[in-house]
Amino acid sequence: MDRRQFLSLSAKRQPAVKATTTGSRTDSGISAYTGTFDTAQAVHLLKRTMFGATPEDIAWVKGLGLDQAVEALLTTVTPVTTQPVNIYGEDEHGILPGESWVNSPPPSSDDEDGKRWNSYKAWWIGVMINQGRSIQEKMTLFWHNHFVTEMDMTHDSRYIYKYNTTLRANAVGNFKTLTKAITLDPAMLRYLNGYLNSKAGADENYARELHELFTVGKGPDSHYTEEDVRATARVLTGFRINANTITTYFESTEHDIENKEFSDFYSNKKITGKTGQDGATELDDLLTIIFAQPECAKFIVRKLYRWFVYYLIDDAVEANVITPLADIFRNNNYELLPVLRALFKSEHFFDPLNMSALIKSPIDHNVGLVREFGVTFPTAYMDAYDAWDRIRSHAASMLQDIGEPPQVAGWQPYYQEPQYHEMWINTDTLPKRNQFTDAIVSEGGYGGVAIDVMAFAQRLSNPSDPVQLITDSVAVLYRIDVSDTFKAWLKNTILLSGQNPDSDYYWTDAWNAWAAYPTDTALRTVVESRLRTLYKYMMNLSEYQLS
Amino acid sequence: MKRRDFLKYTAPATILPTFINGFAVKAFGSSSLLSALENAAADNDHVLVMIQLVGGNDGLNMVVPIDLYDKYQAIRPNIAIPQGKLLPLVNNVKTGLHPAMSGVQQLYEEGKVCIIQSVGYPSPNYSHFRATDIWVSGSDANEIVETGWGGRFLDTQYPGYPDGYPNDDNPDPLAIQIGSIVSPAFQGANANTGIAISSATDFYNLLDDVVDPVPNTHAGVELAYVRLIAKQTNKFSDSIKKAAQNVTSQSEYPDTQLGRQLKIVARLVAGGLKTRMYMVSMGFFDTHASQTQGGDNTTGYHAELLKELSEGIKAFMDDLTKLKASRRVVGMTFSEFGRRIKSNSSMGTDHGAAAPMIVFGDYVQQGILGTSPDIPDSGSVADNTPMQYDFRSVYASLLEQWFCVDNTTLQSILFKDYQRLPIVSGIACGTITGIDDVNNGSKGLITNYPNPFVDTTTLKYKTRGGHTMIQIFDTMGRLVGVPVNNMMAGGEYTAVFDSKKLAAGIYYARLQNGVYQEVRSMLKVKV
Repeated sequence: MDRRQFLSLSAKRQPAVKATTTGSRTDSGISAYTGTFDTAQAVHLLKRTMFGATPEDIAWVKGLGLDQAVEALLTTVTPVTTQPVNIYGEDEHGILPGESWVNSPPPSSDDEDGKRWNSYKAWWIGVMINQGRSIQEKMTLFWHNHFVTEMDMTHDSRYIYKYNTTLRANAVGNFKTLTKAITLDPAMLRYLNGYLNSKAGADENYARELHELFTVGKGPDSHYTEEDVRATARVLTGFRINANTITTYFESTEHDIENKEFSDFYSNKKITGKTGQDGATELDDLLTIIFAQPECAKFIVRKLYRWFVYYLIDDAVEANVITPLADIFRNNNYELLPVLRALFKSEHFFDPLNMSALIKSPIDHNVGLVREFGVTFPTAYMDAYDAWDRIRSHAASMLQDIGEPPQVAGWQPYYQEPQYHEMWINTDTLPKRNQFTDAIVSEGGYGGVAIDVMAFAQRLSNPSDPVQLITDSVAVLYRIDVSDTFKAWLKNTILLSGQNPDSDYYWTDAWNAWAAYPTDTALRTVVESRLRTLYKYMMNLSEYQLS
Repeated sequence: MKRRDFLKYTAPATILPTFINGFAVKAFGSSSLLSALENAAADNDHVLVMIQLVGGNDGLNMVVPIDLYDKYQAIRPNIAIPQGKLLPLVNNVKTGLHPAMSGVQQLYEEGKVCIIQSVGYPSPNYSHFRATDIWVSGSDANEIVETGWGGRFLDTQYPGYPDGYPNDDNPDPLAIQIGSIVSPAFQGANANTGIAISSATDFYNLLDDVVDPVPNTHAGVELAYVRLIAKQTNKFSDSIKKAAQNVTSQSEYPDTQLGRQLKIVARLVAGGLKTRMYMVSMGFFDTHASQTQGGDNTTGYHAELLKELSEGIKAFMDDLTKLKASRRVVGMTFSEFGRRIKSNSSMGTDHGAAAPMIVFGDYVQQGILGTSPDIPDSGSVADNTPMQYDFRSVYASLLEQWFCVDNTTLQSILFKDYQRLPIVSGIACGTITGIDDVNNGSKGLITNYPNPFVDTTTLKYKTRGGHTMIQIFDTMGRLVGVPVNNMMAGGEYTAVFDSKKLAAGIYYARLQNGVYQEVRSMLKVKV
């Protein structure tokens, strides 16, 4: 082909990347974002890395600026000082009500264990609600969706609690380290039959998922073979659980000491079979082989992208975001921080065309709501657990039950093409979201807790100014832009009850009248009923479902 | 603000959902215990349409006292409507309507309008917010009630709502708000019984399956998705759509906010929707300044509002008549308060108290209940129209005479036994009784002597027997005493009003006996 031909052809070849959505797509990549960093960007960063963004969180992030805020969110470790406690009454091992059961002797039956499920789940909701300014809890939930276990298949809540602490401890650490820890985790060994895996007849359950779901995935460029699965199962023979100490040990007599060979997808590597306790180190050899495969980094980065940015990965995103992030991941020996740092400081993350498009998961919806509105919970543990459990069970009714993902692949909205996140919203679950928000913003509240709209408004910059009140409320509660006309409409219709739009002083007077006599019920009701209507309305709009 | 700015402040259709699930509150509380009361509502297809005049309507310029015209003219000279321009009412020489209200005048002539003078409540609140809450909840001035009077009525007719609704017997919304925020008037014990049709645009979009535009971003794609599901989850969209599609042509309506809202109501009513209560609203009645235009007090922005109101009502009734649905409808206007008797210097009026209500419909009894409001000779800006009728008497009368609610239920809805007024013909509920001549019967019932007085004055009053009450109000409408409140035998009585602790000034003694009432003006002077 001569040069002339080349030039005439190139025009046709140009559109190499085709948009796969009816919406806009963007070519922005992971170069550092240098644009405006104001309220919208601060809220975006917070809502994606935490559950909801409170007015104080927003001020904090704006004060720090992008780089420092990302650093703080990624590196802050908030120790969890509580443990799930007995809220179920009689305990076969004499654990008293209000006492932790996480170190108790093993449960004698599934029924005995089942008593603890709600306690564990409620406790976890409490941990999420009381999260520090850190990505820790969002990542812990991410890993629960990635390295899935299900309580009703594991049947030992003590294992599940330990698994939870393992996820949290490694939440932003090294992915390879976490993979090893989870491979040896008692809950996982129980869940995917690893504790039964023996040289006499290797159980491939965990081995398959290790490739298919936990590391390299099954994307178009992932070509691990059935032989790889079988070899992996043989590597993992011999691990057993000590139910009393809730630890894993290696039973070398159950270990397959033959050599294990891998396919060309894994560069035809071979693991030399080892005897005695050395057999346990074959796991390290295995992970070295798997993590040498570039698909591993790409698979995890895609999953992080779908969790933190948006589900749609078109060619442009693959080329401009996934590939460079995967390079960072591999070049840093699978440390998560460099990847997350690059993502949350990138042009792509703050590209207006990409923002605001995440449909809140039920947990994000419920936990984010109570955090943003500063809902206070009872101090008496039974009441607190009851409220946490109601919030948890309502999220479960909206398809996300923590502790019980529907299957080992996790929640469908994170992998099921083509709908992905949209699967959270259907004609059954959307009204349930509305019921929850309607109830918790009403006087009666939900599960014993309620939004204090007065307290919330007081945390905004100037609640006596109805224009500012709306602006601030929109900034906290919505991520998608709403027009000034709409904000004016909210103010006029709700805060001014349809009075003339230029009579803002009616609201100001009403607010100030109450502020001067905060114990006056009548004065409070005038303001409070309008705020309830405002927030109820805002949460009922479709805009509220987007983060 | 100028009236033409109005459109700028209406809801943008792009952002509003077609419906708000106002019914979702506590939807899963189990409250079906009340289901013992069976479909009492099914045997009555009457509809009440409430027109809320937001801001506090200047009743004194809407319903003008011809019999007190000189006093009226003297106390608000800069905004008074010239006597010759007032629209006369057939068989009534005491009262004229604002010249912009020819539509209502015509309906009155056809015998379809009842005007109730000086409707208010004891110790009125002058805050828009609080006063609105009082009107929609039906509470006393010093009482906070979380439910609405309409919601409480609908709760008695549709027990357990929203559990199990809609169902085969009740496929339609119980109440509809034209507007995005369902009025607290429809708040029931378990849930708000109303649903919102947020705007005319959205209503017609629903019929045409139009989806609001979204931004061309990923977020836009997801927003459109959530909205689509939201639309599908509306339990009532099908029945509303079906009813609307039963009506293929409607009469002309004025192209105004109210006209557009009432047009939707007429279409749904005539289309067979079984919804019992509708609420529409229009704003801008807060006429502190420039309510009339200098040089011609028959024009200006209050005139425009009244024109919109009157033309809207007239078009609505004409349309319903053509659609053969007018017999199912009674409408009423209400506002959170009237305005001060005396005008201010910026050609406006400030927040006031009692004001007239207009009730209209084929079954409504023509007439004006009550007398022209008392107007002081040398009034101060603080003077207010004393109440002649409690607004809950109007609610009670409509519930009894239009929704055929029995007395026990009525008292559970309104908490007290309010005076009933002859507003709707007894034919409507099949309980025709002798109609008393309320106005003539309300004359010469109460006097006082001496008058003026210093400390005490004697009230001399007549009762036909039964419940008899005398309330004393000051010019702010505050209830300062109830010297009589008893079951009594018919006859003439006296009672003493002791005013030692009260300031000098005008006081009103309001006698109420059955459907009759009379307000007596009294003057307390310093020694």
